[in-house]
Order: sequence, then C-alpha cells, then structure tokens
Amino acid sequence: MVNALGTLFLIFFRIGLFSFGGGYVMLPLIYQGVQEFGIMSSKEFSNLVALSQITPGPIAVNAATYTGFLYSGIPGAAAATLGVTLPSLILVLVVSHYLNKFKESGALNAVLGGIRPATVGLLASAVIFLSETSIFNPGIWSIAFFQNPLNYVNGLPILIFIITIILSGRFKLSPISLTIAAGLVGAFVIR
Amino acid sequence: MKLILQLFITFLKVGTFTFGGGLVMLPVIRREVVSLKCWMTDQEIVDCFAIAQSLPGVLAVNASIYIGNKVKGFAGAVAATLGVTLPAFVSIILVLIFLKNFSGNVYVQGAFEGIKAATVGLILVTAFSMGKLILKDKLAYLIATVSLIFIVVFQISAVWAIVFGGLAGLISYRVTRRENRG
Repeated sequence: MVNALGTLFLIFFRIGLFSFGGGYVMLPLIYQGVQEFGIMSSKEFSNLVALSQITPGPIAVNAATYTGFLYSGIPGAAAATLGVTLPSLILVLVVSHYLNKFKESGALNAVLGGIRPATVGLLASAVIFLSETSIFNPGIWSIAFFQNPLNYVNGLPILIFIITIILSGRFKLSPISLTIAAGLVGAFVIR
Repeated sequence: MKLILQLFITFLKVGTFTFGGGLVMLPVIRREVVSLKCWMTDQEIVDCFAIAQSLPGVLAVNASIYIGNKVKGFAGAVAATLGVTLPAFVSIILVLIFLKNFSGNVYVQGAFEGIKAATVGLILVTAFSMGKLILKDKLAYLIATVSLIFIVVFQISAVWAIVFGGLAGLISYRVTRRENRG
C-alpha cells in the first residue's frame, strides 16, 4: 500500500517537474508516465482526457486524481495530486524570492518587458488552437474551406462565441457566469 | 487569517468554474485577482502569467502559488493551491463513483460544446485587453507577432516563445544602453 502510494507520488512529481506549458501540453507526458507503470489502458486514458475536459480544474490535477483513484482509492488520488503540485510550489516560491531580490535590476526588467508581449502572442495562439475544435470544424485550413466555408462553421457555437465576446468585452460580465450560461445553452439547445 | 480564507475561497471559485485548465483559467484569475479583489495590478498579473508559463508544472497552480505568496506569503500560497486543486480532485472522484458513462451523455456533450465556444471568446477578450496594455512600441508588437507565428505555424513549444521574448528584451536593453553611452 505504502509502496503504491510512493510510486504514484513519484510518477506525478516527475510529470509536474518536467512538463512545461500546462494543460493539453502535459497530456503526452502523463500518458507516457502512466504507461510505464502499467496503470491504465489507452482506452481508459482517452476516457480520462474526455472527463478532464468536462470536469472543473486543471487537466493535470484531474489526471492525477483519476489515475491515483483507480490505482489505490482516495489515498492514491491524494498522493498523485500532491506529487503533481509539489514541484510547482517549490519552483514558484524560489523564483518569486529571487525576482523580489533583483526587482531594481534593469536587465531583469528588460527580460520581463520582452516576455510580456510574448504572452500576448501565446494567448492569441490559444484562441486559434481552441477555435479549431469548437467554433470551427477540423480542416479549416484546407482549400475545401474556400469552396464551401459554411461546412466548417458551427452555427450555434459561433453565436455563443460572438455573444460571449460582446458581453465580456463590452459589458464586463464575469467569465464565470458566462461559462455557466454557455454550458446551459449547450446542454439544452445544441444537443 | 481572514486573508488566507479569502485566498482559498477565491481560488476555489477559479477551480470550480473553469473547465479544461491551462490558458482557459487565466481570464477568470485576472477578473478575480485584479478587478474584484485588487490584490494585484494588471502589469503584475501579466508578470505572474509569464512566470507561471515559463516554469514547469500546472499553469493555473503555478499562477495560484505566485499570487497566494504575493498576497500572504507561504500560507497564502498553500491556501490558493488547495483552493484551485480541490474542485478538480473532488469532481473526478464523484464522477468515478457515480457516473460511469459520463462521455456518452448528450446533455454533457452539449454543455461541453457551449463551454468550449464561450471559452474561446473569453480568451480572445483577455488577449485584446492585455495587448492594449502591453503592446506599446514596435518591439513589443514584433515579439508578440513572432511568438504567435512560431507557435501557430511552426508549432514550436510555448516555452521557446517566452525565451525568445526575454532574449529580445535583454538585447534591446543592452543596445540602447550602449548607444546612450557612446
């Protein structure tokens, strides 16, 4: 029992330590880590991915809880979740400490000044990636799109997308209430 | 003590109402931390996202730890982490116990379609308002555009975009300093 918990903790500590970018970026790493110890089949893994998307919270935490729970119940889920978050706790605290210490450094501020616009580019890229499987259909970048664009646009999702932009950007409605409203509309209208 | 509880509850909210994790959570975190609680300025939250993105680990957890630590030190970091992970933890266990065939449910699928569409809109709005704040000179526009093209067209890891931005900032700083001296 203790051995199983230790293994879960170590697998997910490693995942937390070596995966950059978070979210979907972590999935291949989680898959490899989980495969290595023979904890779940690839079919179970695809269930896990689907479940991560419809349950709240970060995907890596969902995955850790799922794997840990299947392997050894609630203690297993706790060990895996602790494993995946602990590297973050250590690294972020160490980095914030040094950032505070060198707050006045011109070079450090120059580096941060360059990183800020890069994060804007990153957010824009997330919009493009996510739109391919939500408001558009896969294959939007092909020539066929220009022949029959309407085949690649999802009617109701694109309406939800536009209304969300107006309500959030213009009227400053909270992201949380907009998410809940979109989920309700989806459940009872799209279906 | 009160502040620690507030951190826990704020991040519990963030963890409960964001599906899919990652960048999806940033608009919600920004709204809660900058607009509602005023724990940070917009500039500080951008730095927080940049650091959360450049370190390994779960993006939203990294951001929570950074914000928790800034507001109330180590205890704040732990409270924020617990808050942001608890909903993911509890919901997965509940689903595994009670709802074996979750993915075949039509209501669940519909809700998921709706949430995905709204999420894309929310991230777009965040990208615009952060862009308005940050993109103030030609260099900033260049860095943002190059990062976007690198990631979308050449599919490189987001980490390299961050490294590129940092290097570009440093080089331009060195060059301007040399010009001012000479």
